[in-house]
Amino acid sequence: MPTIVFEGQDYQCEPGESVLDCLTRQGVSVNYSCKAGVCQSCMMVATEGEPTPASQVGIKETLKAQGHFLICSCVPETDMQVAVPDRAGSSFDTTVLSLHKLNADVVRLRLMRPDNYDYLPGQFLGLVNDTGVTRSYSLASVPGLDDFLELQIRHVPGGQVSGWVVEKLQAGDTVTISQAAGQCSYLPGREAQSLLLVGTGTGLAPLVGVARDALQQGHNGPIHLYHGSSTVEGLYLVPELVAMDEANAAFHYHPCVSQGTPPQGMQSGRAADVALEDFARLSGWRVFLCGREDMVRTLQKKTFLAGASMTDIFADPFVNLAVA
Amino acid sequence: MSEALFDRLGGEAAVNAAVDIFYRKVLADDRINRFFDGVDMDKQAAKQKAFLTMAFGGPNNYTGEDMRKGHAHLVERGLNDSHFDAVVENLGGTLKELGVADDLIGEVAAIAETTRNDVLGK
Repeated sequence: MPTIVFEGQDYQCEPGESVLDCLTRQGVSVNYSCKAGVCQSCMMVATEGEPTPASQVGIKETLKAQGHFLICSCVPETDMQVAVPDRAGSSFDTTVLSLHKLNADVVRLRLMRPDNYDYLPGQFLGLVNDTGVTRSYSLASVPGLDDFLELQIRHVPGGQVSGWVVEKLQAGDTVTISQAAGQCSYLPGREAQSLLLVGTGTGLAPLVGVARDALQQGHNGPIHLYHGSSTVEGLYLVPELVAMDEANAAFHYHPCVSQGTPPQGMQSGRAADVALEDFARLSGWRVFLCGREDMVRTLQKKTFLAGASMTDIFADPFVNLAVA
Repeated sequence: MSEALFDRLGGEAAVNAAVDIFYRKVLADDRINRFFDGVDMDKQAAKQKAFLTMAFGGPNNYTGEDMRKGHAHLVERGLNDSHFDAVVENLGGTLKELGVADDLIGEVAAIAETTRNDVLGK
């Protein structure tokens, strides 16, 4: 009978027993409610072994691709190692390839991609500074297109990690990063679907990764990327994104400036408002939202009320920006 | 009997079809949407799904105690019978939109009704 490894302990399954029943029978306390594969409160991630198809019905595609499954509905066919999501992390040492200023506040940091470092574009990782403080940054790179990892880091006044990156870090240094996490990613299928991507500040990083990945995977429905800042100087990667717009019929770049009169080619107003003015009905759309937490939470609700399905809204709020 | 209702409604597929419609109605309803301000929408959608599964007569492990604990902070903020009625109304509207027959809607409403005293902490 299969063995389940959970938090370093082995648990033997009885014939026909689910992972949930196996764990609870042996006194392990885990979250669950319906025991029928519906409520999803027992979701775990398989770090080794394959979840059964039945245990992944109804789970968000991005989570499914990362091995998330419902332990109540999984009668395992092989040995499995399982973990509560977000507690499955491990760390990697890697080398700084380059640092490059994208505007007055934002630095592009490129790192060597460690062997066996798996990630999806749009996920984030933890970067550890020289005193052991960790902050999360989104990945702008795309496996298959880029052999490096790219982060776009805003220099926060007094920021312990961003300050260290800007003031101390140099090409050739060794840094520690965590395994990538997060579910703000593009997954193949439904390639004619319309995509709405809205980001503020360095919320652009994961969205650029998502857009490039979608194009790479043959997405042919319209991809609308809105990037907002109060001033033109707060935007970055403008020439690169204009070029990407011109080179790809499906990709549309919408730079938005909320203060003053924007130059030609840019829209006036906050990115979230401009996007919803341009597209008031979002039934059938897939939506990606990254950046300031208040903007992301508000827009998550507004895009849902505008018709996007909850399972098609991928939100990545940047929390605790003040202490980043 | 209640398992049969779940099947007659269309089982899990019916829950999946209903959850977006129901949650959108609730968020758009000015009588009750203030109780949902600031919640994590992904977590809330999962809770709505669990609630609909239960109300559809599907499998669940809800207990009165869970219901009381889960809503106590809302009762403190003024949650009362009128708000409960509004949720049941949105539930009925959702099922109607999905083309469910009135007698089945009545059965669902009756199951939802069994949670009223626990939800409102009576």
